[in-house]
Amino acid sequence: MSILTALARAEAVESGRAQPLTTVRHTHIAEKPLVLVPLALAGEAAAPLAAMVGTGRDAGRLLVVANPRDRTQRFQFVAQLARVVLAYVDGCSRTVDTGQTSKLRYAEAPQVLVPNRGGIEFIRLLGRSTRFRRPYGPHPVHRTVPLLGQWLTFLRERSDHPGSGMLLALTEVLGEHWATGQSGLEDANLAALLGWIDPPAGLDGAAAAEIAEDPLRWPPAGPSTDPTFDNEVLAPALAAYARAADEQAKSRAEAALSAAVAEQVEPTWGLMWRAVDLLRARRAGASVEARWAVDRDVFTMYHMSLAEGTALPQPRRDSAVAAAGRLDRLEREQARYEAQRALDDPLIMAEFRLSGEAFTGTVVSASPNRVDTSGKKAALRPHITVQTDDPVRLEPGALLVSPTRLAQQAMVVSVSSVDVVLELSKGMGRSTKQPAPGSVPEVGEVVTYGPVSDAYQPPGRFPAREETPWTHGGPPPDYQPTDSDAAEDWS
Amino acid sequence: MDALVDRLDRIRGTVAPRNHNARTIAALTNNPGCGRRGLMDAAGVNKGAVAGQLGFPAAFGQSRFAIARGNAFEAQVKADGAAELLQLLRERLGLAIPEVAYDDLSNVGGNASREVRYARTRSLLARAAAEREDAGTLFDHPMLRLDIAGYYAYLEPDLIAFRAGGRFHVVEIKSFAVIDGQADPGKAAAAAKQSAVYVLAMRELLGELGYPPESVSHNVVLVCPENFANRPIATLVDVRKQLTVLQRQLSRLTRLDKILDALPAGLSFDLAYDADQNATRHPDELRKAVSAIDARYNPDCLGSCEMAFFCRDESAGSTSALGRSIRDDLGGVESVSTVLGLARGTLPPGAGQEEIAGLLRLAHRLRTECLQEAGAA
Repeated sequence: MSILTALARAEAVESGRAQPLTTVRHTHIAEKPLVLVPLALAGEAAAPLAAMVGTGRDAGRLLVVANPRDRTQRFQFVAQLARVVLAYVDGCSRTVDTGQTSKLRYAEAPQVLVPNRGGIEFIRLLGRSTRFRRPYGPHPVHRTVPLLGQWLTFLRERSDHPGSGMLLALTEVLGEHWATGQSGLEDANLAALLGWIDPPAGLDGAAAAEIAEDPLRWPPAGPSTDPTFDNEVLAPALAAYARAADEQAKSRAEAALSAAVAEQVEPTWGLMWRAVDLLRARRAGASVEARWAVDRDVFTMYHMSLAEGTALPQPRRDSAVAAAGRLDRLEREQARYEAQRALDDPLIMAEFRLSGEAFTGTVVSASPNRVDTSGKKAALRPHITVQTDDPVRLEPGALLVSPTRLAQQAMVVSVSSVDVVLELSKGMGRSTKQPAPGSVPEVGEVVTYGPVSDAYQPPGRFPAREETPWTHGGPPPDYQPTDSDAAEDWS
Repeated sequence: MDALVDRLDRIRGTVAPRNHNARTIAALTNNPGCGRRGLMDAAGVNKGAVAGQLGFPAAFGQSRFAIARGNAFEAQVKADGAAELLQLLRERLGLAIPEVAYDDLSNVGGNASREVRYARTRSLLARAAAEREDAGTLFDHPMLRLDIAGYYAYLEPDLIAFRAGGRFHVVEIKSFAVIDGQADPGKAAAAAKQSAVYVLAMRELLGELGYPPESVSHNVVLVCPENFANRPIATLVDVRKQLTVLQRQLSRLTRLDKILDALPAGLSFDLAYDADQNATRHPDELRKAVSAIDARYNPDCLGSCEMAFFCRDESAGSTSALGRSIRDDLGGVESVSTVLGLARGTLPPGAGQEEIAGLLRLAHRLRTECLQEAGAA
């Protein structure tokens, strides 16, 4: 959050409509995303009640557990969900990216969309409670159950990576692109958020959001259900199923339960696809494709390692060294993601300009043929002076890049209150005396310089697993999944 | 004191006061500056009913599945004289607890009035504290009280207190799961906050009897289901930090007498129930009464206060309705129209607003510039 987004929220209050926070879309939206709207039974750790899942607006499948506290039925539900999810994941591995020559990369990767943070947490818990199960032994489950658990755990892990698009909570994606006239807390309600972004005719955002808060008109987007629905509809429906004496009565009760649950899920299902449409309508930023390629690489590797049986185990908790390494990677990815977004989008760049890490201005003088002879070899190092009104807070020596000249590096030589002198290198052609035409900004040109996105950031150095210091518990024992994991209660 | 009680009784009207619980007190510390909430809670006003009469019914239902699960888990842990709990305390936490008696304080000889129950809790705990050896008694449902802004709030905790190693410990039973040693951070934080309220209340009680604060341990025993099963697991939670926050916030609570002095004498939130238990108080009149006290709305209230929807409506157009962090980003400027006026340069900055006005103008210029460019492209 910054003053820029805060101002956008203020503007949204006044205009009664959400205001854009970006000029392009920074998240990849797959051609065929898998939308998943899960519902859980209140009070339980991870007791699925129902899920609507599918890759098209009209292709939603509703899965319902008639007795959410029954272990067998619960695993039947998981197996059904596994069939849908695994078919989708395998479908993404059918075609290979032909533009890629050095290593194999699938042309697609799974993209699972859930309504909110709670949906991601639900996926984590469902993954955790299924990935240790075994299709053999004292408590056998269908063979797809642990496989689903592994995929869900994989997706959940990817969702922590900045810029990854494999598992997304749509409220968060929308919230990165639009500022509403309500608080961030209220933005967690998908219906209210969409009410601000795309209010129905004749209503402003505030009115639409207020309607969206009524659980009777817009049931919660899960995984928690509306308590009134629980008490007045769901409880009798579950009780009717439990009471049913014969098969006929059972299937009648099941149909009634499904219908009641469908009424709760379907509005959210529609909202999910509306959100997808709204996001698709925006032009994708230049680096979106590159980030999706990273996702596809990771997916390709994991898919192949599962097929070969070499996939790394997914322990209950990371060891100290693994956790530190992971955090280090996430931090570097975060910095890169932010810089990439800034280069793609002037409105994100404006955040950096406000904080003085970037600036826009007019070139007032340029010496394009300046040659630096201090080194062993003479090198072309043009200087340009940029006049700017932005509050620049950069130190000499800082490396910058311009969104219009990504191959060129600029180093800050000096900063005064009105201008910045930059030394340019790279991206000027082969000659050591004459830069290629147009490669050096000319006097009068308006230029923007901001943080470098693909600068090499050395990874943090951590001890080997065997050398975990005693402060962090010493070397952890090797993780071996055991049968007792598979037999874990799920009640 | 009696004058204050009378006044609060008048404000509440003809209905019986509502009990505070640890949740409401913990929530009070979320927003200690809110006079409206402080007064209504101190007077024991049924805020949900008032909000409903004002046309802003609070959506604070609880699913019967959640309630049933919570009750079932608690009953399981407490069954057979809390056998399962004792085993946990002895084995998992290594507490040396002697032979145990189990004392349920929820009902005192059929008389369940708050004062009687409090007196009974007090005398039993006093006896236990006076013994040199640990008495070995689990006290279930003790009645505690806490001084909230100059007024006693009675607490009816769902907890067990016991003494081990010369100190009292508080046991809180919650039905959210601890999975692989980790619980939902929000729920765990709320539980720690609530437990801190109990620890504080017990310390006050024992303090009145002349015992030092350390006679109640700052380590609270949190009992939750483990992983996806129903087996309980006990964790020691250090609530020192929550205690400090709580004490600080309680001492900062706007003193009630100060709020009351500023209010019209006949102020009342009485809903004027008729014989059929229908509220007959006119909403407009009630709204006037409620609006006489300043509230301090922020979006966090939506999760903790029954009046929140009313206050949110009232504070439309203010920056605090957008959230504390937004308000801070906007330099604490109160109204959205002022923010926009400063940003567009149509409003001259007031004293102390020069810096934020400069930033807002720059932010406005950047936004306009970028959006125009994007629109043209």
